[in-house]
Amino acid sequence: MSEAPILEVAKLSVAFRSRGRAVTALRDVSFAIEAGKTLALVGESGSGKSVTSLALLGLLPPNGKVTSGRASYRARSGDSLDLAGLSQRDFRKIRGSEIAMIFQEPMSSLNPLYSIGDQIGEMLDLHENLDGATRRRRVIEMLEMVEIPAAASRLGNYPHEMSGGMRQRVMIALALVCAPQLLIADEPTTALDVTVQAQILDLMRRLQRDMGMSILFITHDMGVVAEMADDVAVMYAGAVVEAASVKTLFANPAHPYTRGLLASIPRPGRPEGERLKAIPGQVPPLTALPRGCAFAPRCDLALTACEEPVSLETVAAGHRAACIRASEVMADA
Amino acid sequence: MTAAASTSEDPGLWKTLTARPAVLVALVVFGAILAAAILAPWIAPADPARMSVRARLSPPLGDYIFGADAFGRDVLSRLLFAGRVSLSIGLGVAVLSTALGIVIGLAAGFFRRLDAPLSRLIDAMMAFPDILLAIALVAILGGSAANVVLALSIVYTPRIARIVRAATLVIRELPYVEAARALGSSNLSIMVWHVLPNIVSPITVQATFIFAYAMLAEAGLSFLGVGVDPSIPTWGTMVNEGRQYIDQALYLILFPGIAISLAVLSLQLIGDGLRDALDPRLAKDV
Repeated sequence: MSEAPILEVAKLSVAFRSRGRAVTALRDVSFAIEAGKTLALVGESGSGKSVTSLALLGLLPPNGKVTSGRASYRARSGDSLDLAGLSQRDFRKIRGSEIAMIFQEPMSSLNPLYSIGDQIGEMLDLHENLDGATRRRRVIEMLEMVEIPAAASRLGNYPHEMSGGMRQRVMIALALVCAPQLLIADEPTTALDVTVQAQILDLMRRLQRDMGMSILFITHDMGVVAEMADDVAVMYAGAVVEAASVKTLFANPAHPYTRGLLASIPRPGRPEGERLKAIPGQVPPLTALPRGCAFAPRCDLALTACEEPVSLETVAAGHRAACIRASEVMADA
Repeated sequence: MTAAASTSEDPGLWKTLTARPAVLVALVVFGAILAAAILAPWIAPADPARMSVRARLSPPLGDYIFGADAFGRDVLSRLLFAGRVSLSIGLGVAVLSTALGIVIGLAAGFFRRLDAPLSRLIDAMMAFPDILLAIALVAILGGSAANVVLALSIVYTPRIARIVRAATLVIRELPYVEAARALGSSNLSIMVWHVLPNIVSPITVQATFIFAYAMLAEAGLSFLGVGVDPSIPTWGTMVNEGRQYIDQALYLILFPGIAISLAVLSLQLIGDGLRDALDPRLAKDV
């Protein structure tokens, strides 16, 4: 890609103030999303994936604050905006129109009091000034794009009349009706049945192709990553521990945590009777992170040197990892 | 999942409400009172202000159905016209305190910085006995009908504000509000589009109760002589005037007293019925 990335996050740190103490939730998170591509942000619960997405849209709760770093977003106008230092007023202008977000819970992310036609129409009202007929046409077009059958006749339907998959389609329609450049999808398929999950992922891929948007896909599901993403950033305890293209990451993980994640999912061709490998221990609480590598206490390759701080280093072309033994891990695979 | 949940037809608010005999009776009674007050100029048998020395304190069921007062004025006619004032004051207070309460409650629930000062103010106002606060406010503002409405609205605003604030705090955190924010909704549009429609039910119920309380409080203020000007007949001023003749003409306080009781009781029952009908958790046979 010759074009500059649509979003470039550089050393972003976020802290939460809790009972007078500052707890660092994100430490020097860096990644970039190329225009029209999908970056998957992978990690366990509490690894900071969702905090990252909320910070990018200025939706952190009042006790959360971006403490350092930049998030350069290339707006449609060509201007570069730093999302780390935007005012709420400016955020409101770009939310929905430039960057949109969909959430995990399609069941509760729609207001039960309004019909889906009204809710999508409201989005248009927020960002564009349209007359009634055009507005209606755009809503129907959008519902057709997310493959809701008989779209025109479903405008008056309420969320409770629809299934989870249908609601997530409506949610996607809501997010995309103003044609944002970047879609942040926070585990959009986690709450859905596996078959519906596949349909929604298909739909998102097709919409991405048709509309040319970029996606920041947040998930903990490596299977979904393989299917959706172009690039991956693996997060652990509030920091990115490995970033690479999907192919590289799956073929040749450089961080023991990534390797552990990949080993813990079932794959076809696995010898019968072989147990899946689990990563021992659990994520340390953000209030009690070790000084050095946060994964070291759970890592079977840990050395005394791992007690020193470690940063994300390039281990191969387009492949970065935060592990002093990355070359050994890669050679091992 | 299918649309099965919605196939059973919603019986509608009106049906649910009138299904309970007590509420139905209350609706009929209050409707009759309201109609009588509205139609007063046409159905009143006499001019409510016309005095007659000969008719002074004439008992009911004579020339005058409800008797005549100390100035020989027709009690029935006065009752009908007084109803207009009393009901207007009640309604005015219900509307004004609801409007004020919504604004204050939304502000307190939505903007964390305003929450503490506004909540303390609400608590402080609710710590005062209603009638004392009303007397103090009327004493400051002066005793016109408009000032009584204003004073009582200030007294009852905290009730609405508290409900609105509590509901706003809950709704603000709902996923669909967060989703709306993530897609560019402003605070105002979230308040008007997402929060308000969700709290219409509890507000309606509370406003009905305030309507009743306000009529009762107005009667109390008038009885104490700090309400509206005595020349304007309200049910409260009628009771106040009749008080002096309680040993000769009990009917002078009996009829306005009954009017107040019926109006307040029926409104309370309607409020109870509304609360039950609007609260899905209390809905029966669903």
